[in-house]
Parts: sequence; C-alpha cells; structure tokens
Amino acid sequence: MSTKGKIVAGCMAPHPPHLVYGENPPQNEPKSECGWETLRWAYERLRDSLKEIDYDVLLVHSPHWRTQIGTHFLGYPEFKSLSVDPIFPHLFRFHYDLKVDVDLARSIHDRAKEKGMIVKMMENPDFRIDYGTITALQMTRPEWDKPIIGISSVGRSAYFSMDVMQEEMIKLGEATREAIEASGKKVVLLASHSLSHRHFITEPEIPEDMSQEHIYHHGQYLWDMKMIDLMKKGDVQTIFDVMTDFTEQTISECDGGGLMWMLSAMGMPTTPAKIHGYGTVIGTGNVVAEWRGQ
Amino acid sequence: MKDALKTPEYTEAHCKNVLKGFVLPGLPHPLLKPDGRPAWKKLRQAYDRVAKEVEALNPDLILIYSTYWASILGHQIQALPNPSWTLVDDEWHDLGSIPYEFSTDVEFAKAYNQANIERGLKSRLTAYEGFPIDTGSVVCLKLLDPNNKFKSCIVSSNIYSDRAEQIILGKGAKDALQRTNRKAVVISISSLSNRYSIVEPEKCEDAISSKKDEEWNQKFIEFLEKGRLEDVSQLSRQFHREARVTKKVVNYKPFWWLASVMGETNAYEGEVYEYQPVQGTGAALIGLTPTAQPAPDLEFDEDNVEVFQGDRNVLAGDQEESGDGFGRDEEPLQ
Repeated sequence: MSTKGKIVAGCMAPHPPHLVYGENPPQNEPKSECGWETLRWAYERLRDSLKEIDYDVLLVHSPHWRTQIGTHFLGYPEFKSLSVDPIFPHLFRFHYDLKVDVDLARSIHDRAKEKGMIVKMMENPDFRIDYGTITALQMTRPEWDKPIIGISSVGRSAYFSMDVMQEEMIKLGEATREAIEASGKKVVLLASHSLSHRHFITEPEIPEDMSQEHIYHHGQYLWDMKMIDLMKKGDVQTIFDVMTDFTEQTISECDGGGLMWMLSAMGMPTTPAKIHGYGTVIGTGNVVAEWRGQ
Repeated sequence: MKDALKTPEYTEAHCKNVLKGFVLPGLPHPLLKPDGRPAWKKLRQAYDRVAKEVEALNPDLILIYSTYWASILGHQIQALPNPSWTLVDDEWHDLGSIPYEFSTDVEFAKAYNQANIERGLKSRLTAYEGFPIDTGSVVCLKLLDPNNKFKSCIVSSNIYSDRAEQIILGKGAKDALQRTNRKAVVISISSLSNRYSIVEPEKCEDAISSKKDEEWNQKFIEFLEKGRLEDVSQLSRQFHREARVTKKVVNYKPFWWLASVMGETNAYEGEVYEYQPVQGTGAALIGLTPTAQPAPDLEFDEDNVEVFQGDRNVLAGDQEESGDGFGRDEEPLQ
C-alpha cells in the first residue's frame, strides 16, 4: 500500500463488565435494569465522536490477557465463542464473533521483535478472548464490523517495576506506530483499563444498585483527578513522570501498560485529550478519554 | 517412590475424612508436551504415579484448592454438575488445547459453601456454562482422573485473603467433608517458587530461575518429605517474601488451606514424587499421608482460629478495629 497508515485516535476504554451488563446488548446473557450511566453515556459520546472519523482497524491492549513470557498478539483470523468473566460470571457471559487483522498484528509483532522484545503470535483457534478486550470493543464499536487486533499485557510491572514496564511499553508503542504507518491503514487504539483500581470486595444484592456505587477512597479520587487534569492539559510527559507513583498509590490498572503503550504509539501527543466522562465501578476510577491522531 | 500404598493413621489432630493430601503443579507442560523436555517428562511420570495412587485410594471426592483460580469477591466454589469446555492457556496456547468434562460433587459444593458462610466467610457457588475453569485445575484433573471416574470440587484462591481467612476456608472444607461423609483426596495446586525465566521458552534452560528460589524450594521439600506440613504452613509468609513474585496476591496460601483441611500438625508421612523446573518455576509433586508418628522439630507459633472475624497482622502485631481476627475484642492501647 502506498499511502502512509495512521493512528487516527487513541482512547482510554475501561472494561468493567458491569458496563456491558448495564447496557443489555443481545450478546450478553445476564440482563440488568440499568446501571453505571455516567460511564455508559461517556462511551456514547466516544462512539459519536468516532463516527466523525474513518478507520479500518481497532487495536486493543488488555490487562486481562496477562502473559509473563513476552507480549502476545491474536494471530488467528476469527474467533467466535462465549466469554465468561471469572470474577463476575453473574454479570458477563458474552457471545462474541470477531475478525482479526492478522497481517497488521504480525507486522507489529515482527517490528517489536526487531527491537529486542520477546513476542509471540497466538494462533490457537480454540483460544478464548478475555473480557477486557471484549468489553472495550463492545462499548466502543458495538457493531463489531471492523477487524480488531488484541495485544496481551506482559507482567513486567509485577516481575520488575513500573519503570521497566514503561520502557517496554514505549518500545511496543513505537513498534505499533511503525507497523501501522507501513500498513497504510487507519487505526483506533484502545487502552482497556481503569485508572485507580482499589475496589470493594463485596457487591450489593442488586449489582446495579447505584446507591452503593462510589469511589473506594478519596485519595485515589484525587489521584484520578490529577491524571485527568494532565490529560486535559495535554501534558503527557508528566503523566509518564508520575505513572509509577500513581500506580503504586492507587493500585492502578495502568500497571498493565495500556496507557503508556498507547501514548507512545501516538508519539507522546501534546494536544489535550477529550474527556468523555469519569465514573466508578465497585469503587474503581474509570475515565473514557480520547486523543485524536496528529 | 515408596511403592506400597500407605494406610492413613489418624490422630485427634487429623481430619479423618481425608485419605491423603497432595501438592501438585498446574502448568500444562506435563499434560500437553510431556516429551518436550526431560523435566516435563519426569513431571508427567510422577503425575501418572499419583494418578494410580488416587485410583487405588478410590475417594468419594477429589477436592481442589487452586491458586490458578483467583477470586476477589470472597471465595468461589465450582458447582456446575458437568462443566465442559476446551481450554487454551493464556500464556501456553502454543502447547495445544485441552478439551475437558468433569463431574462436580454438587451436594458437597453446597455443603462447603454453607460451612464457609457459617464460619464468617464470603462464599458463593459458581455454576455457569462456559465458566473458565483455571489451567491448574484442568491439568490436575485431566492427569489424575483421565476417565472422569471421580467427582470433584474446586475452590478458588481469593487474592486478598490472608492466613486467618485461609485457615477458615480449610476448616469449612473439613466441616463439609464431615457433614457429607465424604472420603476425599485433597489437593493444593500451586508451584513452589513462581519466578519465570523471562526468555523465550526454546531458549530457557531446565533450571530454577534464581538460586534463592531454589534454596527455598529445597527447604520446603525437605520439610515436606519429613511430613512437616504445619511447619511449612507456618513458613508460608516467609516463602511468599523470598520465592514468590506477585504484587496483588497477599500471601502464599496453599499450605495454609491444606494444613487446615487435613489437620494442623506435623504428623504426616511425606513423599516427594518429583521436583523439576518449568520455565524457571518450581514444580513439585508431593504427597502427605496422615500418620500417628509425628515428625520432630515442631515450630508451631501461630494461633488457631475457628471463625473468621478479620485478619490479624501477626508479624506487626496490628489489630483490626473489629477485633484481632481470633474472636477477641480489641484491647485499648495503653
């Protein structure tokens, strides 16, 4: 392809299965009365925003596909099965049917390998897609009409430190950008995770009882607001600078690396992010945010 | 391997419903690629020996506590009568797929859940078609009971639970075994050290990834070979700090649960079937048969607990507002 490919948008797309449960799509077996509207409406705004742009592929980085020996990529053309959340099986039993852009996935894999990263293509047709990938995709593009790429989250932050994780995600982001540019395709990136991630360890009898839903701890709320403020200012460098402290103080799901990967792939954007909304799910802090590609 | 099947000898400290306890590894290599490495082959051969023992013991139930099944909302107990799926491991997908169908002891699962609740735990049954049964449990049941002859029950490992809660989870199992009159083989599925060698599998040497991990594994194996289950249980916090890599899992718990359900004592005959590395982690197959001849060198120093009322930070001496975790009211600081 002669045209240079491009990342047209990068989004923070949190994946609590509660959002799918609250939305009641036909693919999900459990049904709710309502719930988590602030976040679901934030996703509505994201969907409206993405309608303004043309794109070919959705690329998801999910902390619920956790690997330890390197970063893995979905490498089989299609997957159709049932995804059941191991923690919230009463909320999320989702029948999915998706197609994978294996060529682009392999290209990112190859470039990451050239940079010295340990990588692997996941080519087993029986593989089950994790709920972090599915929820982010369902909430962002419920039509399921675009091919996707799934990237695993390598456990460097637990094995070594957030600093090591950050270095690796910067490299993975660079490999992602180079492969997309070479592909000629227009791609939307999804970093599928929460911000603060301290959570309650019990849930109300009615899961969607919103009188019980609030941030777990004020300290993590302050941190979330700090991070969102930096996003709104387009101060990505400071986001990187404070990422280790933020993650440690709030047990943030940023430890999975998605946000760092995405911002690196987008060339560390200095433009402000559009904040579509913020809300809590069993006490965790979640933002739906969007950066447009330059 | 010691050849003859040991007949359990029970003391007052033992749960007489437990025929034998095992600690078994859960990575899929011995099941899917036993010929891939000499180490995996040895693990498979050891698994096959354990399977023969289990068949000879002819239990009513195989009861599994799996560290590969992480829960956060209390404790989950598998209760679907015939869970079936084709499992592919997140990490080891290139080794192949694992089709399975198991037979759950639903009556026991319900009794276990009820016993947990009575002892103050948050506990629930999990009975959904397609629920992702963890790799450790699937590997274990496929290797131990390939013809699905025995009923099983699997309980999750709550990542935030600490010793008091884990001990209660074991006692809940003991209550349920007694109430349902089951004779069981009880199994903790866990690696010893869990530090992967971070290199491509084809470049990975058959060795434990760090010498410190190897020393701790050997220390545990030496104790277990002598039947010192309770000593190992009480060294779990230390082992967690020294040889486990997990930020979010509070502590190393498989021996707390195993000791609690079998009986918190060193009166066991231990047997180490095999110990090998898998991608740098420590994989051991260990059996423990109740005996009336306790091992020496008792090192018990932690309290026993009957009802869960919160954790007590044993090492720091902190006390929870609601009590000290052992049913006593908090005493005011002087």
